[in-house]
Amino acid sequence: MCHKIRHPRYWLIVPFKMAGLEIISDQGYRIDGRRSSELRKVCARMGVFTQADGSAYIEQGNTKALATVYGPHEVRKGRGKIQHDRAVVNCQFSMATFSTGERKSRPKGDRRSQEMSMHLRQTFEAVIVTELFPRSQIDIYVQILQADGGNYCACVNAATLAVIDAGIPMKDYVCACTAGFIQDSPLLDISYVEESAGAPFLTVAMMPKSEQIVLLEMNSRLHADNMEKVLDLATQGCKDVFAVLDRHVRDHVSESHALMTAS
Amino acid sequence: MKEVPISTCEREFILKAIRDRKRIDGRQTYDYRRLKVSFGMERGCCIVELGDTKVLAQVSGKIEEPKKNRPTEGSIIINLELSPMASPAFEPGRPTESGIEMNRILERNIRDSRAVDTESLCIVAGEKVWSIRADVHVLNDEGNIMDAASIAAITALAHFRRPDVTVMGEEVTIHSPEDRDPVPLSVHHMPVCVTFAFFDQGEFLLVDPNRLEERVMDGRMVVGMNMHREICTLMMSGGMLLVKEQVLRCSQIATVKVAEIIELIQKALDKDAQARQAGDKCGFAESVPANKITTNKKEPTLIDTTAAAQQASQVIQEAGPVDKPMSNMIVQAPGTVQIGEGLVNTWQVDDEDMESEEEEESRKKSVTNGREAVATSKPTERKRPVKAGEGIVSHADDSGSEEEEKVMLYQGDAEMKSTEDSTALQQPSNSDKPAKKKGKKKKAAQK
Repeated sequence: MCHKIRHPRYWLIVPFKMAGLEIISDQGYRIDGRRSSELRKVCARMGVFTQADGSAYIEQGNTKALATVYGPHEVRKGRGKIQHDRAVVNCQFSMATFSTGERKSRPKGDRRSQEMSMHLRQTFEAVIVTELFPRSQIDIYVQILQADGGNYCACVNAATLAVIDAGIPMKDYVCACTAGFIQDSPLLDISYVEESAGAPFLTVAMMPKSEQIVLLEMNSRLHADNMEKVLDLATQGCKDVFAVLDRHVRDHVSESHALMTAS
Repeated sequence: MKEVPISTCEREFILKAIRDRKRIDGRQTYDYRRLKVSFGMERGCCIVELGDTKVLAQVSGKIEEPKKNRPTEGSIIINLELSPMASPAFEPGRPTESGIEMNRILERNIRDSRAVDTESLCIVAGEKVWSIRADVHVLNDEGNIMDAASIAAITALAHFRRPDVTVMGEEVTIHSPEDRDPVPLSVHHMPVCVTFAFFDQGEFLLVDPNRLEERVMDGRMVVGMNMHREICTLMMSGGMLLVKEQVLRCSQIATVKVAEIIELIQKALDKDAQARQAGDKCGFAESVPANKITTNKKEPTLIDTTAAAQQASQVIQEAGPVDKPMSNMIVQAPGTVQIGEGLVNTWQVDDEDMESEEEEESRKKSVTNGREAVATSKPTERKRPVKAGEGIVSHADDSGSEEEEKVMLYQGDAEMKSTEDSTALQQPSNSDKPAKKKGKKKKAAQK
């Protein structure tokens, strides 16, 4: 019995359970033509909204994410949340209804979104220097416009850029990347098709300069011996993402500076 | 109800103990608490007690229509209930963030790692499949709900029996338990979670944190693993920063722990299977020991103390004089001696009067201690008069004699007392002070 799955680029008709689908071909190419340790193409744009203090848009392959940052401002609803010595970080994650192949009935409020929001919050609480803004609140809103694997990573990368755009000091960039293990070889930056194949994959969010891991999440079964390889590959991926983001931030700042001084 | 914040001194105490490689309940760093797995009368009911943390899991099955995109697979649903019964910190109604996180970890651990085969739950493709639901209720929260819940969930799934079903053409017959024996689920492997708590930004790590340790930890990592050393789930979050080596070390520790836990689960399952087969009574009533006092009778028992007396006299004879003289003795006046300087005033009071008062206090104290240090030794000791200026031999350094409760002041005291002048330093008479606090001798020894 065949099973149609929708791939963002083209329709694939594959045998059910995708047993015959080769994640890696004999020559070592993946479905989208990448090698096993290649990242997808990353396009980023900062300062896309005027209302928000900071905003950013990122495309990792076909995954598109949008992030906006408001803050630091006074703590709105919930006076009980005020912390006397640091800022409160508030994150909200949602996926647009049109982001997946089948329309999503609940963009936010379901368990997955709440878990993602919590992870984002914990990630950024660890990295933003909250001690500088006591009794205030920083809001981070992230939305996925198109989901093609690596949703959490795109969110974290977009939110990093947005926080930098807002001018909120951070200890370091936070870059996130996935790495999987299929057919005895580690793969970097898993796309949706590879995710659904049921193979284990690891999501890592880390600070690239000090290589400190901020969040680590793993799904499916991975043998303990292969853990190190996959973790190393994910670290390398995060550093690659950092290189791209950093270059983009510097270009953006020098452009803005040029615009300001020109006039 | 909001959780009572933990006081700073309690937090500091726990952290200091951890830095000294001690845990407040006496365990080692990688020790689990006592783990007990018991089963109820019904199939699929399991209670896990990890120390004082109690978790109950119940598995039930229902026939439903399958999902549209997976017509030949049944479904496994895992639901974790955190009710105020477990801890006043849990609110009734919507689960908190941490509750959702734990639920997701449980789901990922068991469902996403394909611990239970879902294809075998299919009855009629596209129409009828089994939907198995495991409800995990936390009965008491004393720390580390995650591990207890994961053990309870997978054990309950392994214990459960679903009714047997036969399909004849278009007819589907569900056999009752009397007709045909219920059939077990096909559990491929048993993934169990191990929780690691980190302190001091990842420098210290503990396995199986109890409630107080959870309150003061920086962050945690949950590693779900099975017998074949496959990591089924891994979650590290909580605003803590770790490096790769720590993660790998944790997975190695988890390997060992998981092997022990699964062995225990297997034993419990086997014991229960045997009990059921033999027709023995099984269920919670059997597994919970009856703590009833049914009679109360008291009889005096005679103890033979001759051996003890002999041993004591032997000890006296064998004990020779300890000739390590006590240093730093300042004789204030005949009959009063000061050992040590007294500690620095930590009250940060600069008042002149207070200081002089403090000095007097500390001097008095040190003399008291000095006396006690001089006076205390083994209960059966020689009488030794003290002459002013003589180096007093102290037995205060004898290790192990901290268990002494009583102190016998020797005759020398009477002499000391008589030679006392009427100085301002009239000490409160402590020659009739038989009791001694345990710590004071040590303190005097340190001075």
